Amino acid sequence: MIRYAGNSAAIRDLVRDQEVHRDVYVSEEVFQLEMEHMFPNSWVYVGHDSQVPNPGDYFGTTIGTQPVLLVRHTDGTVRVLHNRCPHKGTRITSETCGNTGKFFRCPYHAWSFKTDGSLLAIPLKKGYENTGFEQSHAAPGMAPVRHIRNYRGFVFGKINDGGLDFEEFFGDSLSSLDNMVDRSPVGQLKVAGGVLRYMHNCNWKMLVENQTDTCHPMVAHESSAGTAVDVWKKAPPGTKKPMAVEIIAPFMSPYEFFENMGIRIWDNGHGHTGVHHSIHSDYSAVPGYFDKMTAAYGEARAKAILDENRHNTVYFPNIMIKGPIQLLRQFKPIAANKTLVESWTFQLVDAPDMLLERTLMYNRLINAPTSIVGHDDLEMYERAQEGLHSNGNEWVNLQRLYSPDEAGQTNVAINGTSEWPMRHQFRAWTKFMTMGM
Amino acid sequence: MSMVTDAPLRTAVPTDQELIDFVVREARLIDQQRFDEWLDMYADDAFYWMPLEWNQTDPRLTCSLMYEDKLLLSIRVERLKGARTFSQKPKSRCHHVLQTPQVDSRDPAANSYVTWTPIHYVETRLDEQTLYAAWVTHHLSVENGRLKIKLKRVDLINCDAAFGNIQLFM
Repeated sequence: MIRYAGNSAAIRDLVRDQEVHRDVYVSEEVFQLEMEHMFPNSWVYVGHDSQVPNPGDYFGTTIGTQPVLLVRHTDGTVRVLHNRCPHKGTRITSETCGNTGKFFRCPYHAWSFKTDGSLLAIPLKKGYENTGFEQSHAAPGMAPVRHIRNYRGFVFGKINDGGLDFEEFFGDSLSSLDNMVDRSPVGQLKVAGGVLRYMHNCNWKMLVENQTDTCHPMVAHESSAGTAVDVWKKAPPGTKKPMAVEIIAPFMSPYEFFENMGIRIWDNGHGHTGVHHSIHSDYSAVPGYFDKMTAAYGEARAKAILDENRHNTVYFPNIMIKGPIQLLRQFKPIAANKTLVESWTFQLVDAPDMLLERTLMYNRLINAPTSIVGHDDLEMYERAQEGLHSNGNEWVNLQRLYSPDEAGQTNVAINGTSEWPMRHQFRAWTKFMTMGM
Repeated sequence: MSMVTDAPLRTAVPTDQELIDFVVREARLIDQQRFDEWLDMYADDAFYWMPLEWNQTDPRLTCSLMYEDKLLLSIRVERLKGARTFSQKPKSRCHHVLQTPQVDSRDPAANSYVTWTPIHYVETRLDEQTLYAAWVTHHLSVENGRLKIKLKRVDLINCDAAFGNIQLFM
């Protein structure tokens, strides 16, 4: 049954001021339209340029469900190419990442391409003489993603020509990426430590919403964080609080903590929790780090950088970053009910190793498929994915702290338990779904 | 030969058979969900390590699936008992098949014994059942006449794959 294709009115009807229709999570047709319209119209995170430091280095990933390659071209710039041979569609690269040298070579018929995607050579080329090959779809080579932007190492791509330019799309939200990079004394990040990959049988948007959901930790994570707090209470008095307890215990903070932490809303679905403080605020100081920051920036500026305690910054459509601990999660859509979550970590160049050690501990305690906190969350997403098939109520409620004048407001700080960020994400969703439809 | 009882060692230096029995008993306690007894097999300074990378050497600056001390392991064990542990309602069950453990090294002077055990591990919950294959390395030592685990390392054959929930212990 086709309900939504080419029907922007039907798409708009899925999103109301205070609720969204369950089809945004369960309909395969809506999912296909997201891949066809919403992702190609948006600036989507591709990868970090430290993953491809040398000419010929590549990294394979996806924009929506489309396979792409992040590659360092021979001229030193970073490019993003569609990862298919223009001949028969074969994926060009064999490994997820590696170095291809000066050119890519398709393993099927040995067509070869420069690292900007342009066609270099075809064996027995005379077989294409007088066939009009120059006018074919294959002639230009591996199609590049034409709109890309390397923002302080973070590479984003937009597949469609329409839509917003990079600055207009992100606006003031780039300040969260700035803060994460500025935390390095030399202003540089490097992907480090490996990536945790966690398969979720639920819609990708449930994960995005959850990044700004501050009313679930003390409930859903009572089993993990609550138990951790209880077990820790039994430690002999005077025992030094371990890093793991510093990381996991704040998930049990009371509602008041989250109300007061605040949420900031930017344009186009972007926003962050933790305007005033966050669960990362009270981590122990890492010896030597502040001195390095002071030497690099001066004391006032160093203090300003480190006093930012943004909790989760959501960049619409599908990443979240944690500036204070240099972590990036990407929610990769696979199907309406299937999402791959990748949790990446970064080293602050020229900062003490203990920062990366803590970041990695956070990542495995919270974001791994073996993480008890992860188990708590996934259980709730999967139950929702199942429950939404009920016809008893076709709507998901996003009404908490709704205000009729909120649409169109930007760069505002609000109560930290508001569901405004979710409503805001869906306003952006409608905009980029129907743009050009 | 005792696989389910926690008998003290007969002599100060464990025999190969005693090392093997110990490793087999550990898996059996997990399968039978006797987690308090299981945790007792670990030394106070023990670590349970499940690397994320093939041939990983560093648990500190390379991420792992698990790298947990006894405090974190005891939080897991307590959580499994919790009334509001919703991801364990209903509970998971698991099943180990062990190849006979091999004693890779024994050094009584250093009180250090290492075994190597290929395993198949099945974890199930509701209608889902998942098979994992791994090599398990136990670093053991003798404390007060009993063997204790100092380090258990679980190398999954597909350590870098995207997994769903893994909720119990391999």
